[in-house]
Amino acid sequence: MGDTDKTPSRTPVGPGVADDPARIEIVALTKRFLTPKGEPFTAIQDVSLTVEAGQFCAIVGPTGCGKSTTLAQVSGLERPSGGSVQVGGRIVDGITNGVSYMFQGDALFPWKTVLQNVMIGPVLLGTSKKKSMALAIDWLRRVGLTGFEDRYPHQLSGGMRKRVAMAAALINNPRILLMDEPFGALDVQTKAIMQTELLGLWEELRPSVLFITHDLDEAVALSDRVVIMTSSPGTIKDVFNIDLPRPRGDVQTLRHERRFIELQTQIWESLRDEVTRAYKRSAGVAA
Amino acid sequence: MIALVQQKAIVTSGAEAIVGSATQQSESDLQASARRTRTRNTFWVWVGRLILAIFVFGGWQLFTDLKWVDPFFYGQPSMVWDSLVNLFTKGTAFGSIWDQLWVTVQEALFGFLFGTIAGVISGILLGSNRYLSNVFSPYIKVLNSIPRIVLGSIFIVAFGLGIGPKILLAAVLVFFAVFFNAYQGVREVDQNLIANVRVLGASPLQIARHVTIPSAMTWIIASLHTAFGFAIIGALVAEVLGAQKGIGLIISQSQGRFDPNTVFACMAIIAVFTLGAEYLITLLERSVLRWRPPVRSESQPI
Repeated sequence: MGDTDKTPSRTPVGPGVADDPARIEIVALTKRFLTPKGEPFTAIQDVSLTVEAGQFCAIVGPTGCGKSTTLAQVSGLERPSGGSVQVGGRIVDGITNGVSYMFQGDALFPWKTVLQNVMIGPVLLGTSKKKSMALAIDWLRRVGLTGFEDRYPHQLSGGMRKRVAMAAALINNPRILLMDEPFGALDVQTKAIMQTELLGLWEELRPSVLFITHDLDEAVALSDRVVIMTSSPGTIKDVFNIDLPRPRGDVQTLRHERRFIELQTQIWESLRDEVTRAYKRSAGVAA
Repeated sequence: MIALVQQKAIVTSGAEAIVGSATQQSESDLQASARRTRTRNTFWVWVGRLILAIFVFGGWQLFTDLKWVDPFFYGQPSMVWDSLVNLFTKGTAFGSIWDQLWVTVQEALFGFLFGTIAGVISGILLGSNRYLSNVFSPYIKVLNSIPRIVLGSIFIVAFGLGIGPKILLAAVLVFFAVFFNAYQGVREVDQNLIANVRVLGASPLQIARHVTIPSAMTWIIASLHTAFGFAIIGALVAEVLGAQKGIGLIISQSQGRFDPNTVFACMAIIAVFTLGAEYLITLLERSVLRWRPPVRSESQPI
Protein backbone atom coordinates (compact mmCIF):
# COMPACT_ATOMS: atom_id res chain seq x y z
CA MET A 1 0.00 0.00 0.00
CA GLY A 2 2.56 2.50 1.14
CA ASP A 3 5.15 1.29 -1.34
CA THR A 4 3.14 1.83 -4.50
CA ASP A 5 3.55 5.25 -6.00
CA LYS A 6 -0.06 6.18 -6.70
CA THR A 7 -0.84 9.77 -7.49
CA PRO A 8 -2.16 11.22 -4.26
CA SER A 9 -5.32 13.28 -4.28
CA ARG A 10 -3.41 16.02 -2.46
CA THR A 11 0.30 16.14 -2.80
CA PRO A 12 2.05 16.93 0.46
CA VAL A 13 4.20 19.91 -0.27
CA GLY A 14 7.56 20.79 1.10
CA PRO A 15 7.81 23.18 4.01
CA GLY A 16 7.36 26.86 3.39
CA VAL A 17 5.08 26.44 0.40
CA ALA A 18 1.64 27.66 1.38
CA ASP A 19 -1.11 25.44 0.08
CA ASP A 20 -4.45 27.22 -0.50
CA PRO A 21 -5.82 27.73 2.98
CA ALA A 22 -9.54 27.39 3.30
CA ARG A 23 -12.37 29.37 4.72
CA ILE A 24 -14.60 27.53 7.17
CA GLU A 25 -18.21 28.58 7.17
CA ILE A 26 -20.48 27.06 9.76
CA VAL A 27 -24.15 27.97 9.29
CA ALA A 28 -26.89 27.22 11.83
CA LEU A 29 -25.16 23.99 12.79
CA THR A 30 -27.13 21.68 15.06
CA LYS A 31 -26.12 18.25 16.28
CA ARG A 32 -28.29 15.88 18.25
CA PHE A 33 -27.29 12.54 19.71
CA LEU A 34 -29.28 9.63 20.99
CA THR A 35 -28.31 8.90 24.58
CA PRO A 36 -27.89 5.25 25.55
CA LYS A 37 -31.32 5.51 27.20
CA GLY A 38 -32.77 6.42 23.83
CA GLU A 39 -33.47 10.09 24.57
CA PRO A 40 -32.35 12.73 22.12
CA PHE A 41 -29.71 15.11 23.39
CA THR A 42 -28.84 18.38 21.69
CA ALA A 43 -25.11 18.93 21.85
CA ILE A 44 -24.97 22.12 19.78
CA GLN A 45 -27.71 24.32 18.46
CA ASP A 46 -27.67 26.99 15.78
CA VAL A 47 -23.96 27.53 15.81
CA SER A 48 -22.87 29.95 13.10
CA LEU A 49 -19.25 30.83 12.77
CA THR A 50 -16.88 31.82 10.02
CA VAL A 51 -13.15 31.29 10.10
CA GLU A 52 -11.43 33.21 7.33
CA ALA A 53 -8.77 31.45 5.33
CA GLY A 54 -5.56 31.41 7.31
CA GLN A 55 -7.20 32.66 10.47
CA PHE A 56 -6.47 31.28 13.93
CA CYS A 57 -9.74 30.91 15.79
CA ALA A 58 -10.02 29.69 19.38
CA ILE A 59 -13.17 28.28 20.94
CA VAL A 60 -13.46 28.68 24.69
CA GLY A 61 -16.25 27.45 26.90
CA PRO A 62 -17.19 25.34 29.89
CA THR A 63 -16.89 21.56 29.79
CA GLY A 64 -19.53 19.84 27.73
CA CYS A 65 -20.60 22.79 25.62
CA GLY A 66 -20.10 20.97 22.35
CA LYS A 67 -16.73 22.35 21.33
CA SER A 68 -15.41 18.96 20.27
CA THR A 69 -18.69 18.17 18.53
CA THR A 70 -18.25 21.30 16.43
CA LEU A 71 -14.79 20.16 15.38
CA ALA A 72 -16.06 16.71 14.47
CA GLN A 73 -18.60 18.28 12.09
CA VAL A 74 -15.92 20.38 10.42
CA SER A 75 -13.64 17.38 9.90
CA GLY A 76 -16.49 15.39 8.43
CA LEU A 77 -16.11 12.59 10.98
CA GLU A 78 -19.74 13.20 11.93
CA ARG A 79 -22.72 14.47 9.98
CA PRO A 80 -24.67 17.48 11.25
CA SER A 81 -28.30 17.02 12.27
CA GLY A 82 -29.11 20.46 10.95
CA GLY A 83 -27.39 23.37 9.26
CA SER A 84 -24.23 23.00 7.26
CA VAL A 85 -20.47 23.31 7.29
CA GLN A 86 -18.66 24.62 4.26
CA VAL A 87 -14.96 24.39 3.73
CA GLY A 88 -13.52 26.42 0.88
CA GLY A 89 -17.02 26.93 -0.53
CA ARG A 90 -17.81 23.19 -0.55
CA ILE A 91 -20.36 21.64 1.78
CA VAL A 92 -18.74 19.05 4.04
CA ASP A 93 -20.06 15.60 3.19
CA GLY A 94 -17.72 12.86 4.28
CA ILE A 95 -14.14 13.40 5.34
CA THR A 96 -12.97 16.91 4.48
CA ASN A 97 -9.90 16.97 2.31
CA GLY A 98 -6.74 18.51 3.71
CA VAL A 99 -7.67 18.45 7.39
CA SER A 100 -5.41 17.50 10.28
CA TYR A 101 -6.58 16.79 13.78
CA MET A 102 -4.66 17.16 17.02
CA PHE A 103 -6.15 15.71 20.16
CA GLN A 104 -5.60 16.28 23.84
CA GLY A 105 -4.36 12.73 24.19
CA ASP A 106 -1.28 11.87 22.22
CA ALA A 107 -3.03 10.04 19.40
CA LEU A 108 0.38 8.70 18.44
CA PHE A 109 0.76 5.08 17.44
CA PRO A 110 2.56 3.47 20.36
CA TRP A 111 3.76 0.64 18.09
CA LYS A 112 5.31 2.95 15.52
CA THR A 113 8.59 4.76 15.92
CA VAL A 114 8.68 8.54 15.92
CA LEU A 115 9.63 8.55 12.25
CA GLN A 116 6.84 6.14 11.31
CA ASN A 117 4.36 8.18 13.30
CA VAL A 118 5.19 11.31 11.36
CA MET A 119 5.31 9.44 8.05
CA ILE A 120 1.77 8.14 8.33
CA GLY A 121 0.18 11.25 6.80
CA PRO A 122 1.90 11.15 3.40
CA VAL A 123 1.84 7.32 3.41
CA LEU A 124 -1.95 7.34 3.73
CA LEU A 125 -2.13 9.75 0.80
CA GLY A 126 -0.20 7.22 -1.27
CA THR A 127 3.16 8.97 -1.34
CA SER A 128 6.10 6.61 -1.81
CA LYS A 129 7.84 5.38 1.31
CA LYS A 130 11.09 7.06 0.36
CA LYS A 131 9.52 10.45 -0.19
CA SER A 132 7.43 10.19 2.96
CA MET A 133 10.51 9.34 4.96
CA ALA A 134 12.41 12.33 3.60
CA LEU A 135 9.49 14.61 4.44
CA ALA A 136 9.17 13.14 7.92
CA ILE A 137 12.89 13.57 8.62
CA ASP A 138 12.63 17.19 7.56
CA TRP A 139 9.61 17.77 9.79
CA LEU A 140 11.29 16.14 12.76
CA ARG A 141 14.16 18.55 12.23
CA ARG A 142 11.73 21.46 12.24
CA VAL A 143 10.20 20.44 15.56
CA GLY A 144 13.66 19.84 17.01
CA LEU A 145 13.54 16.06 17.24
CA THR A 146 16.43 15.10 14.97
CA GLY A 147 18.10 12.03 16.44
CA PHE A 148 14.89 10.67 17.95
CA GLU A 149 13.62 9.01 14.76
CA ASP A 150 13.89 5.46 16.07
CA ARG A 151 12.42 6.02 19.51
CA TYR A 152 9.00 4.78 20.47
CA PRO A 153 6.48 7.26 21.90
CA HIS A 154 6.72 5.82 25.41
CA GLN A 155 10.40 6.70 25.47
CA LEU A 156 9.67 10.42 24.99
CA SER A 157 8.58 13.12 27.40
CA GLY A 158 5.12 14.69 27.16
CA GLY A 159 6.43 17.75 25.35
CA MET A 160 8.39 15.66 22.86
CA ARG A 161 5.33 13.57 22.14
CA LYS A 162 3.41 16.76 21.43
CA ARG A 163 6.12 17.82 18.99
CA VAL A 164 5.77 14.51 17.20
CA ALA A 165 2.01 14.96 17.07
CA MET A 166 2.50 18.48 15.73
CA ALA A 167 4.87 17.29 13.00
CA ALA A 168 2.44 14.48 12.13
CA ALA A 169 -0.43 16.96 11.92
CA LEU A 170 1.43 19.48 9.79
CA ILE A 171 3.38 17.20 7.45
CA ASN A 172 0.55 17.00 4.93
CA ASN A 173 0.44 20.79 4.86
CA PRO A 174 -3.23 20.88 5.84
CA ARG A 175 -5.60 23.62 4.76
CA ILE A 176 -7.31 23.27 8.08
CA LEU A 177 -5.87 22.37 11.43
CA LEU A 178 -8.32 21.23 14.09
CA MET A 179 -6.90 21.21 17.58
CA ASP A 180 -8.85 19.81 20.50
CA GLU A 181 -7.15 21.02 23.68
CA PRO A 182 -3.82 19.89 22.29
CA PHE A 183 -1.75 21.19 25.19
CA GLY A 184 -4.30 20.48 27.92
CA ALA A 185 -2.28 17.75 29.58
CA LEU A 186 1.08 19.54 29.61
CA ASP A 187 2.75 21.29 32.51
CA VAL A 188 2.81 25.09 32.42
CA GLN A 189 6.39 25.53 31.22
CA THR A 190 6.17 22.94 28.47
CA LYS A 191 2.84 24.38 27.43
CA ALA A 192 4.33 27.84 26.92
CA ILE A 193 7.16 26.43 24.83
CA MET A 194 4.79 24.39 22.70
CA GLN A 195 2.51 27.39 22.16
CA THR A 196 5.40 29.48 20.91
CA GLU A 197 6.51 26.70 18.58
CA LEU A 198 3.00 26.20 17.28
CA LEU A 199 2.74 29.91 16.52
CA GLY A 200 6.03 29.81 14.65
CA LEU A 201 4.99 26.85 12.51
CA TRP A 202 1.54 28.26 11.91
CA GLU A 203 2.93 31.58 10.75
CA GLU A 204 5.00 29.72 8.15
CA LEU A 205 2.18 27.54 6.80
CA ARG A 206 -0.91 29.60 7.61
CA PRO A 207 -3.60 26.94 7.67
CA SER A 208 -6.99 27.94 9.06
CA VAL A 209 -7.07 26.81 12.67
CA LEU A 210 -9.91 25.91 14.99
CA PHE A 211 -8.39 25.60 18.43
CA ILE A 212 -10.36 24.35 21.41
CA THR A 213 -9.06 25.22 24.84
CA HIS A 214 -10.05 25.76 28.44
CA ASP A 215 -7.21 28.15 28.93
CA LEU A 216 -8.19 31.73 28.23
CA ASP A 217 -4.58 32.98 28.22
CA GLU A 218 -3.75 30.41 25.61
CA ALA A 219 -6.73 31.45 23.49
CA VAL A 220 -5.83 35.13 23.58
CA ALA A 221 -2.12 34.59 23.03
CA LEU A 222 -2.52 32.39 19.99
CA SER A 223 -5.58 33.44 18.08
CA ASP A 224 -7.02 36.16 15.88
CA ARG A 225 -10.44 35.49 17.19
CA VAL A 226 -11.89 34.00 20.37
CA VAL A 227 -15.34 32.43 20.34
CA ILE A 228 -17.14 31.89 23.63
CA MET A 229 -19.58 29.00 23.74
CA THR A 230 -22.25 28.34 26.33
CA SER A 231 -23.39 24.93 27.40
CA SER A 232 -26.46 22.74 27.01
CA PRO A 233 -27.20 23.15 24.28
CA GLY A 234 -23.96 24.56 22.94
CA THR A 235 -24.42 27.92 21.29
CA ILE A 236 -22.12 30.85 20.57
CA LYS A 237 -22.32 33.59 23.13
CA ASP A 238 -19.67 36.06 22.08
CA VAL A 239 -16.95 36.57 19.53
CA PHE A 240 -13.87 38.67 20.27
CA ASN A 241 -11.33 39.84 17.75
CA ILE A 242 -7.80 39.79 19.07
CA ASP A 243 -5.87 42.65 17.56
CA LEU A 244 -2.46 41.84 19.00
CA PRO A 245 0.11 42.33 16.23
CA ARG A 246 1.78 39.39 14.52
CA PRO A 247 4.26 37.78 14.59
CA ARG A 248 3.66 37.51 18.30
CA GLY A 249 6.92 35.82 19.25
CA ASP A 250 7.27 34.44 22.72
CA VAL A 251 3.98 33.63 24.42
CA GLN A 252 5.46 34.09 27.90
CA THR A 253 6.41 37.74 27.35
CA LEU A 254 3.16 38.43 25.52
CA ARG A 255 1.24 37.70 28.69
CA HIS A 256 2.51 40.85 30.35
CA GLU A 257 1.52 43.30 27.63
CA ARG A 258 -1.20 45.78 28.46
CA ARG A 259 -3.41 45.02 25.47
CA PHE A 260 -3.22 41.30 26.25
CA ILE A 261 -4.41 41.87 29.80
CA GLU A 262 -7.22 44.15 28.62
CA LEU A 263 -8.52 41.59 26.17
CA GLN A 264 -8.10 38.78 28.62
CA THR A 265 -10.15 40.64 31.27
CA GLN A 266 -12.83 41.52 28.77
CA ILE A 267 -13.24 37.93 27.62
CA TRP A 268 -13.12 36.59 31.14
CA GLU A 269 -16.09 38.80 32.05
CA SER A 270 -18.09 37.11 29.34
CA LEU A 271 -16.88 33.66 30.17
CA ARG A 272 -17.28 33.90 33.93
CA ASP A 273 -21.08 33.78 33.95
CA GLU A 274 -20.96 30.68 31.80
CA VAL A 275 -18.44 28.94 33.96
CA THR A 276 -20.33 29.72 37.15
CA ARG A 277 -23.56 28.57 35.58
CA ALA A 278 -22.05 25.33 34.39
CA TYR A 279 -20.39 24.80 37.74
CA LYS A 280 -23.59 25.44 39.66
CA ARG A 281 -25.44 23.01 37.48
CA SER A 282 -22.90 20.27 37.97
CA ALA A 283 -22.74 21.01 41.70
CA GLY A 284 -26.54 20.82 41.83
CA VAL A 285 -26.43 17.43 40.15
CA ALA A 286 -23.82 16.25 42.60
CA ALA A 287 -25.80 17.46 45.64
CA MET B 1 18.59 -2.76 24.96
CA ILE B 2 16.10 -3.12 27.80
CA ALA B 3 18.69 -4.83 29.92
CA LEU B 4 21.04 -1.94 29.29
CA VAL B 5 18.46 0.62 30.36
CA GLN B 6 17.73 -1.41 33.45
CA GLN B 7 21.33 -1.65 34.37
CA LYS B 8 21.59 2.09 34.00
CA ALA B 9 18.51 2.57 36.15
CA ILE B 10 19.99 0.39 38.85
CA VAL B 11 23.24 2.27 38.75
CA THR B 12 21.51 5.64 39.01
CA SER B 13 19.29 4.63 41.89
CA GLY B 14 22.33 3.14 43.55
CA ALA B 15 24.23 6.37 43.00
CA GLU B 16 21.48 8.35 44.66
CA ALA B 17 21.52 6.08 47.66
CA ILE B 18 25.27 6.50 47.98
CA VAL B 19 25.09 10.27 47.71
CA GLY B 20 22.40 10.15 50.35
CA SER B 21 24.64 8.35 52.78
CA ALA B 22 27.50 10.68 51.84
CA THR B 23 29.97 7.91 51.10
CA GLN B 24 32.65 8.24 48.46
CA GLN B 25 32.54 5.42 45.95
CA SER B 26 33.68 5.15 42.38
CA GLU B 27 31.47 4.22 39.44
CA SER B 28 33.19 0.89 38.86
CA ASP B 29 32.77 -0.14 42.49
CA LEU B 30 29.12 0.66 42.20
CA GLN B 31 28.79 -1.39 39.05
CA ALA B 32 30.56 -4.31 40.68
CA SER B 33 28.32 -4.18 43.70
CA ALA B 34 25.24 -4.00 41.49
CA ARG B 35 26.42 -7.08 39.63
CA ARG B 36 27.11 -8.88 42.91
CA THR B 37 23.60 -8.12 44.14
CA ARG B 38 22.19 -9.46 40.93
CA THR B 39 24.17 -12.69 41.03
CA ARG B 40 23.31 -13.17 44.67
CA ASN B 41 19.60 -12.74 43.94
CA THR B 42 19.59 -15.24 41.07
CA PHE B 43 21.63 -17.68 43.13
CA TRP B 44 19.09 -17.73 45.94
CA VAL B 45 16.18 -18.04 43.55
CA TRP B 46 17.79 -21.15 42.06
CA VAL B 47 18.48 -22.59 45.50
CA GLY B 48 14.81 -22.11 46.35
CA ARG B 49 13.73 -23.78 43.13
CA LEU B 50 16.00 -26.73 43.74
CA ILE B 51 14.74 -27.20 47.28
CA LEU B 52 11.15 -27.14 46.08
CA ALA B 53 11.87 -29.78 43.42
CA ILE B 54 13.68 -32.02 45.91
CA PHE B 55 10.83 -31.59 48.37
CA VAL B 56 8.12 -32.56 45.89
CA PHE B 57 9.85 -35.37 44.00
CA GLY B 58 11.82 -36.62 46.98
CA GLY B 59 8.64 -36.70 49.06
CA TRP B 60 6.83 -38.59 46.34
CA GLN B 61 9.64 -41.10 46.02
CA LEU B 62 9.97 -41.49 49.79
CA PHE B 63 6.29 -41.96 50.51
CA THR B 64 5.84 -44.49 47.74
CA ASP B 65 9.01 -46.31 48.88
CA LEU B 66 7.66 -46.49 52.41
CA LYS B 67 4.32 -47.68 50.99
CA TRP B 68 2.47 -44.86 52.72
CA VAL B 69 1.13 -44.20 49.26
CA ASP B 70 0.60 -47.10 46.89
CA PRO B 71 2.97 -46.77 43.91
CA PHE B 72 0.65 -49.06 41.95
CA PHE B 73 -1.84 -46.22 41.68
CA TYR B 74 0.30 -43.15 42.02
CA GLY B 75 3.50 -44.15 40.30
CA GLN B 76 6.95 -43.38 41.55
CA PRO B 77 9.55 -40.93 40.20
CA SER B 78 12.19 -43.61 39.70
CA MET B 79 9.72 -45.83 37.88
CA VAL B 80 8.53 -42.91 35.79
CA TRP B 81 12.14 -42.40 34.77
CA ASP B 82 12.42 -46.08 33.89
CA SER B 83 9.36 -45.98 31.69
CA LEU B 84 10.62 -42.79 30.09
CA VAL B 85 13.87 -44.56 29.22
CA ASN B 86 11.84 -47.53 28.06
CA LEU B 87 9.71 -45.42 25.79
CA PHE B 88 12.74 -43.99 24.08
CA THR B 89 14.86 -47.15 23.89
CA LYS B 90 12.31 -49.88 23.28
CA GLY B 91 9.59 -47.80 21.70
CA THR B 92 5.89 -48.48 22.10
CA ALA B 93 3.48 -51.12 20.92
CA PHE B 94 2.62 -48.89 17.94
CA GLY B 95 6.10 -47.90 16.81
CA SER B 96 8.84 -45.63 18.06
CA ILE B 97 8.05 -42.86 20.52
CA TRP B 98 9.28 -40.30 18.01
CA ASP B 99 6.57 -41.40 15.58
CA GLN B 100 3.93 -40.95 18.26
CA LEU B 101 5.28 -37.61 19.33
CA TRP B 102 5.48 -36.39 15.76
CA VAL B 103 1.82 -37.24 15.18
CA THR B 104 0.71 -35.40 18.29
CA VAL B 105 2.93 -32.43 17.53
CA GLN B 106 1.53 -32.19 14.02
CA GLU B 107 -2.01 -32.26 15.31
CA ALA B 108 -1.35 -29.65 17.92
CA LEU B 109 0.56 -27.36 15.57
CA PHE B 110 -1.96 -27.51 12.74
CA GLY B 111 -4.79 -27.09 15.21
CA PHE B 112 -3.02 -24.12 16.73
CA LEU B 113 -2.36 -22.58 13.32
CA PHE B 114 -5.87 -22.99 11.91
CA GLY B 115 -7.56 -22.03 15.18
CA THR B 116 -5.41 -18.91 15.50
CA ILE B 117 -5.97 -17.78 11.92
CA ALA B 118 -9.71 -18.31 12.16
CA GLY B 119 -9.87 -16.67 15.59
CA VAL B 120 -7.90 -13.61 14.53
CA ILE B 121 -9.85 -13.07 11.33
CA SER B 122 -13.29 -13.47 12.89
CA GLY B 123 -12.28 -11.52 15.98
CA ILE B 124 -11.15 -8.56 13.90
CA LEU B 125 -14.19 -8.74 11.61
CA LEU B 126 -16.70 -8.89 14.44
CA GLY B 127 -14.79 -6.43 16.56
CA SER B 128 -14.79 -3.76 13.90
CA ASN B 129 -18.31 -4.30 12.63
CA ARG B 130 -21.04 -3.61 15.16
CA TYR B 131 -23.81 -5.13 13.04
CA LEU B 132 -22.01 -8.43 12.55
CA SER B 133 -21.11 -8.55 16.21
CA ASN B 134 -24.72 -7.97 17.26
CA VAL B 135 -25.91 -10.73 14.95
CA PHE B 136 -23.31 -13.27 15.97
CA SER B 137 -22.82 -12.56 19.65
CA PRO B 138 -25.65 -14.75 21.10
CA TYR B 139 -24.51 -17.71 19.03
CA ILE B 140 -20.93 -17.27 20.02
CA LYS B 141 -21.95 -17.11 23.66
CA VAL B 142 -23.88 -20.35 23.27
CA LEU B 143 -20.98 -22.04 21.49
CA ASN B 144 -18.63 -20.83 24.18
CA SER B 145 -20.76 -22.19 26.99
CA ILE B 146 -21.03 -25.73 25.66
CA PRO B 147 -18.27 -28.13 26.73
CA ARG B 148 -16.41 -28.14 23.43
CA ILE B 149 -14.17 -31.03 24.39
CA VAL B 150 -17.16 -33.31 23.85
CA LEU B 151 -17.11 -32.31 20.20
CA GLY B 152 -14.09 -34.61 20.00
CA SER B 153 -16.38 -37.65 20.15
CA ILE B 154 -18.48 -36.29 17.32
CA PHE B 155 -15.47 -35.47 15.20
CA ILE B 156 -14.06 -38.96 15.64
CA VAL B 157 -17.38 -40.58 14.75
CA ALA B 158 -17.73 -38.31 11.75
CA PHE B 159 -14.17 -38.18 10.45
CA GLY B 160 -12.55 -41.39 11.67
CA LEU B 161 -9.36 -42.16 13.52
CA GLY B 162 -6.92 -40.18 11.38
CA ILE B 163 -5.26 -36.91 12.36
CA GLY B 164 -8.04 -34.75 10.83
CA PRO B 165 -10.50 -34.84 13.74
CA LYS B 166 -7.66 -34.18 16.22
CA ILE B 167 -6.61 -31.07 14.34
CA LEU B 168 -10.24 -30.02 14.25
CA LEU B 169 -10.75 -30.39 17.99
CA ALA B 170 -7.50 -28.57 18.77
CA ALA B 171 -8.48 -25.81 16.34
CA VAL B 172 -11.91 -25.39 17.93
CA LEU B 173 -10.40 -25.02 21.39
CA VAL B 174 -7.78 -22.59 20.13
CA PHE B 175 -10.29 -20.61 18.12
CA PHE B 176 -12.31 -19.43 21.09
CA ALA B 177 -9.31 -18.46 23.17
CA VAL B 178 -7.92 -16.37 20.33
CA PHE B 179 -11.22 -15.08 19.05
CA PHE B 180 -12.32 -13.45 22.30
CA ASN B 181 -8.98 -11.73 22.75
CA ALA B 182 -8.84 -10.47 19.17
CA TYR B 183 -12.39 -9.22 19.48
CA GLN B 184 -11.70 -7.44 22.73
CA GLY B 185 -8.43 -6.08 21.36
CA VAL B 186 -10.21 -4.50 18.41
CA ARG B 187 -12.84 -3.07 20.73
CA GLU B 188 -10.17 -1.45 22.89
CA VAL B 189 -8.56 0.44 20.02
CA ASP B 190 -8.09 4.10 20.82
CA GLN B 191 -10.89 5.87 18.96
CA ASN B 192 -8.75 9.01 18.69
CA LEU B 193 -6.23 7.07 16.63
CA ILE B 194 -8.94 5.90 14.27
CA ALA B 195 -10.38 9.41 13.97
CA ASN B 196 -6.89 10.69 13.32
CA VAL B 197 -6.16 8.40 10.37
CA ARG B 198 -9.68 8.76 9.02
CA VAL B 199 -9.21 12.51 8.85
CA LEU B 200 -5.95 11.91 7.04
CA GLY B 201 -7.93 9.99 4.46
CA ALA B 202 -7.31 6.34 5.40
CA SER B 203 -9.42 3.65 3.73
CA PRO B 204 -11.00 0.91 5.89
CA LEU B 205 -8.19 -1.41 4.83
CA GLN B 206 -5.56 1.13 5.82
CA ILE B 207 -7.30 1.63 9.17
CA ALA B 208 -7.13 -2.11 9.76
CA ARG B 209 -3.48 -2.28 8.75
CA HIS B 210 -2.18 0.75 10.56
CA VAL B 211 -4.42 0.90 13.62
CA THR B 212 -6.74 -1.99 14.37
CA ILE B 213 -4.45 -4.94 13.80
CA PRO B 214 -1.33 -3.59 15.51
CA SER B 215 -3.42 -2.44 18.43
CA ALA B 216 -5.19 -5.77 18.83
CA MET B 217 -1.85 -7.57 18.48
CA THR B 218 -1.09 -7.13 22.19
CA TRP B 219 -4.24 -9.01 23.09
CA ILE B 220 -3.86 -11.62 20.38
CA ILE B 221 -0.30 -12.49 21.34
CA ALA B 222 -1.23 -12.68 25.01
CA SER B 223 -3.87 -15.24 24.09
CA LEU B 224 -1.41 -17.40 22.15
CA HIS B 225 0.15 -18.71 25.37
CA THR B 226 -3.13 -20.17 26.62
CA ALA B 227 -4.18 -21.08 23.10
CA PHE B 228 -1.16 -23.33 22.67
CA GLY B 229 -2.05 -25.16 25.85
CA PHE B 230 -5.52 -25.69 24.42
CA ALA B 231 -4.07 -27.03 21.18
CA ILE B 232 -2.15 -29.69 23.12
CA ILE B 233 -5.18 -30.55 25.21
CA GLY B 234 -7.35 -30.85 22.11
CA ALA B 235 -4.89 -33.12 20.34
CA LEU B 236 -4.33 -35.36 23.38
CA VAL B 237 -7.98 -35.69 24.34
CA ALA B 238 -8.98 -36.52 20.79
CA GLU B 239 -6.26 -39.17 20.72
CA VAL B 240 -7.46 -40.65 23.99
CA LEU B 241 -10.97 -40.79 22.55
CA GLY B 242 -9.76 -42.83 19.62
CA ALA B 243 -6.59 -42.94 17.54
CA GLN B 244 -4.13 -45.15 15.73
CA LYS B 245 -1.05 -43.20 16.75
CA GLY B 246 -0.02 -40.48 19.13
CA ILE B 247 0.92 -39.75 22.72
CA GLY B 248 -2.75 -39.74 23.69
CA LEU B 249 -3.03 -43.30 22.49
CA ILE B 250 -0.07 -44.38 24.66
CA ILE B 251 -1.75 -42.66 27.60
CA SER B 252 -5.07 -44.41 27.10
CA GLN B 253 -3.30 -47.78 26.59
CA SER B 254 -1.27 -47.30 29.78
CA GLN B 255 -4.44 -46.43 31.61
CA GLY B 256 -5.89 -49.77 30.48
CA ARG B 257 -2.78 -51.57 31.73
CA PHE B 258 -2.84 -49.80 35.12
CA ASP B 259 0.50 -48.21 34.36
CA PRO B 260 0.57 -44.70 35.87
CA ASN B 261 4.31 -44.42 35.32
CA THR B 262 4.00 -44.36 31.53
CA VAL B 263 1.20 -41.81 31.79
CA PHE B 264 3.50 -39.59 33.84
CA ALA B 265 6.30 -40.18 31.36
CA CYS B 266 4.05 -39.05 28.51
CA MET B 267 3.11 -35.98 30.53
CA ALA B 268 6.78 -35.15 30.92
CA ILE B 269 7.43 -35.51 27.19
CA ILE B 270 4.52 -33.24 26.31
CA ALA B 271 5.60 -30.75 28.96
CA VAL B 272 9.06 -30.45 27.40
CA PHE B 273 7.54 -29.88 23.97
CA THR B 274 5.08 -27.29 25.31
CA LEU B 275 7.86 -25.41 27.11
CA GLY B 276 9.77 -25.24 23.86
CA ALA B 277 6.76 -23.91 21.99
CA GLU B 278 6.07 -21.47 24.80
CA TYR B 279 9.61 -20.17 24.47
CA LEU B 280 9.11 -19.58 20.75
CA ILE B 281 5.87 -17.73 21.42
CA THR B 282 7.67 -15.56 23.96
CA LEU B 283 10.32 -14.76 21.35
CA LEU B 284 7.58 -13.82 18.90
CA GLU B 285 5.94 -11.67 21.56
CA ARG B 286 9.19 -9.86 22.23
CA SER B 287 9.83 -9.07 18.59
CA VAL B 288 6.28 -8.05 17.71
CA LEU B 289 5.70 -6.04 20.88
CA ARG B 290 9.12 -4.41 20.89
CA TRP B 291 7.43 -1.03 21.22
CA ARG B 292 5.96 -1.73 24.62
CA PRO B 293 7.40 0.10 27.60
CA PRO B 294 9.44 -2.17 29.88
CA VAL B 295 7.65 -3.38 32.96
CA ARG B 296 8.41 -1.13 35.88
CA SER B 297 8.75 -3.78 38.56
CA GLU B 298 11.62 -5.38 36.66
CA SER B 299 14.14 -2.98 38.12
CA GLN B 300 15.09 -3.95 41.61
CA PRO B 301 16.54 -2.08 44.55
CA ILE B 302 20.05 -2.84 45.73
